[in-house]
Amino acid sequence: MFYLGLILRNALRHKLRSLLTLLGLVVAILAFGLISTVVGAWYANSEAASNARLVTRNAISLAFSMPISYKQKIRAVEGVKDVSYANWFGGVYKDPKNFFPQFAIDPESYLRIYRDYLLPEDDLRNFIRDRKGCIVGRRLAQAYGFKVGDTLLLKGGIFPGDWEFVIRGIYDGRESKTDTSQMFFHWDLLNETMKKVSPRRANYVGVYVVEIGNPEDAAPVSEAIDKLFKNSSWETLTETEQAFQLGFVSMIEAIVAAIRLMSYVVIVIILAVMANTMAMTARERLSEYATLKALGFGPRYVAALIFGESLTLAAIGAVIGIALTFPAARGFSALTGTLFPTMQVADATVWRQVASAAIVGVLAAALPAWRAARVKIVDGLRSIG
Amino acid sequence: MNVPYLYSYRNLWARKLTTLLTAGGMALVVFVFSAVLMLDAGLQKTLVDTGSWDNAVVTRRGAESEVQSIVDRPQASTIESQPEVALGPGGVAMLSKESVVLISLNKRGTGQPANVIIRGTGPTGLALRPQLHIVQGRMFRPGSNEIITGRSVAERFAGAGLGESLRFGGREWVVVGVFDAGKSGFDSEVWGDVEQLMQTFRRSVFSSVIFKLKDSNGFDAFAERIRSDPRLTVEAKRETRYYADQSEKLSAFISYLGLVLSAIFSIGAMIGAMITMYAAVANRTAEIGALRALGFQRSAILLTFLAESLLLSLVGGLVGLVLASFMQFFSISTINMQSFAELAFGFTLNPGIVVRSLLFALFMGLVGGFLPALRAAGMNIVDSLRAA
Repeated sequence: MFYLGLILRNALRHKLRSLLTLLGLVVAILAFGLISTVVGAWYANSEAASNARLVTRNAISLAFSMPISYKQKIRAVEGVKDVSYANWFGGVYKDPKNFFPQFAIDPESYLRIYRDYLLPEDDLRNFIRDRKGCIVGRRLAQAYGFKVGDTLLLKGGIFPGDWEFVIRGIYDGRESKTDTSQMFFHWDLLNETMKKVSPRRANYVGVYVVEIGNPEDAAPVSEAIDKLFKNSSWETLTETEQAFQLGFVSMIEAIVAAIRLMSYVVIVIILAVMANTMAMTARERLSEYATLKALGFGPRYVAALIFGESLTLAAIGAVIGIALTFPAARGFSALTGTLFPTMQVADATVWRQVASAAIVGVLAAALPAWRAARVKIVDGLRSIG
Repeated sequence: MNVPYLYSYRNLWARKLTTLLTAGGMALVVFVFSAVLMLDAGLQKTLVDTGSWDNAVVTRRGAESEVQSIVDRPQASTIESQPEVALGPGGVAMLSKESVVLISLNKRGTGQPANVIIRGTGPTGLALRPQLHIVQGRMFRPGSNEIITGRSVAERFAGAGLGESLRFGGREWVVVGVFDAGKSGFDSEVWGDVEQLMQTFRRSVFSSVIFKLKDSNGFDAFAERIRSDPRLTVEAKRETRYYADQSEKLSAFISYLGLVLSAIFSIGAMIGAMITMYAAVANRTAEIGALRALGFQRSAILLTFLAESLLLSLVGGLVGLVLASFMQFFSISTINMQSFAELAFGFTLNPGIVVRSLLFALFMGLVGGFLPALRAAGMNIVDSLRAA
């Protein structure tokens, strides 16, 4: 008890210095947590992806589509349970800044496969019945204040023109990590319009979503689908939904890696600050440590005092920093709207925060503790700090 | 009268470990700050160098990039007949009708797919971009399944090197040449014969029309005529302007992200400076008293400690800049949100970045050192002399 008391007293001796160090620690731990959370958000879609779903796209690239007639052919492949399809719409809501994903889908089959989108029974029926209807996710609705019955105007990018939709429902996610920042409308509406304005582009599908009965069949079924269309005018590439989503992340991999690196840089910065604090503290108290030694306390005891003080500061900083990470992530999520599908502080992030604080605490004390433990009593007593 | 600057300098030197740690923390912040600015500058340079002031790019009105644009054959012919189009040797219009699409290629090593721009063009396309030189092999033959690849595509993608072949659109394409476009955006592209590619991708329309202006000043008149022509649904931009616009989103993303991170990180470094400077003041209470007793004014004491803090941050800033300058050896490739294609670009250091980084470092030193310096200046002579 006496021991802990001494550590605490020591930590409080330079109140301002301890407070500043703590503040720095809190900022660093908080920044580290936030950055990790943002990086995690990029992977959210691939983590939520099911391995019982495959995505078939045109082999050239996503910018190319496939004929609608492929649906029946894919459906007939052995191991395929269900097929749906979607087109990326890429429209602009009021301002190009307001980005959220929009897909033209076949409502019944799509929502049959994506069971994680929860929609009240009535709303679902209204959506299916209304060809100009659309549904939006909860996060999207909150970000732009959409309500059921509202009209949603989009300016087409890939499909030119002004498009008007009526919001028929707001869906929730079955799990907290389910992406509810998307908007869905009828593929039929898109197709009918294309038939009128540019018939060459009608009856094409961007991606097919294939549900398979057994996840272990993913590889053979993918192969079978691609073989079916080999050497046709529209060759396909089928992969699991997870691989498909990871493909998007890998496009910005360099930036994600840089951001991840930044989260460690901030820890090193605070390590320098903390190490400085401990070094100054130990230097000033060198004569006290010598006194302790003269009284018969061993070098280990002296070193433990310094480690104890450093770890105490690190622990308090970590607790405050971690506690602040949660509201900060919520705030950041509200600020960025629908830019990220979800913004959840993962357990792993918290553990990493704890680990970084512990490492900072130990490393910062290492050199001063070593010096204090080795100092000769005579030299220590002579030292004037 | 001021305290000699040597006093501040010597004090930093006396506590090497503390100086090293504090300046080290600042150096890291400055490193992040300048690396971000360098990356943004590298991106701007890459895309600005891609365009030429004397060239005009014609795309569909409202299309964000050539990839999303369509220009049909009648419209392309209308543009070709405009008087502003320069004529080359033999009276041939210096104009290229191009087809720009995205293809998915796999990276060497990892096999990760990424989108790459493939540009269908002709011999004039090469003549319009004087910064582009074929460094290995030769130009593709019109009407053949031959392609040439940009230097960074040839390096990074499987099958894109000289003598290798790529398969897309149900055909094999042989790489007969590799070109260097002076670190511009073209280095991240693949070029082939426009008619062959359009056939492969079953396209009947071009993506864009690029031409050299007969008289550079004639651009505005041309753009205005194009805009008011009811037969046309296209818009014209100078090539420099077109590529500057292409960098907008990615540039905003990088600088916004980088500056927010630098701002947060700088809090840590400023706290570090503050701790160091408070300790410096506390340790030298008696010295300060002596200096005051010798007749130095409060303002001189304030300046002395500020100078010490600024010197400390300057050291940090310089170290950070030196570290960051090594980043010039690296380049990164990432997706350009506007065209949705991979773009490789490097870190570019310029004098503006050096100045801004050092100012940022000095700012941190000023903020970190101000309160401690104020405390030092506010000390009472008698009390501080007694403190020792």
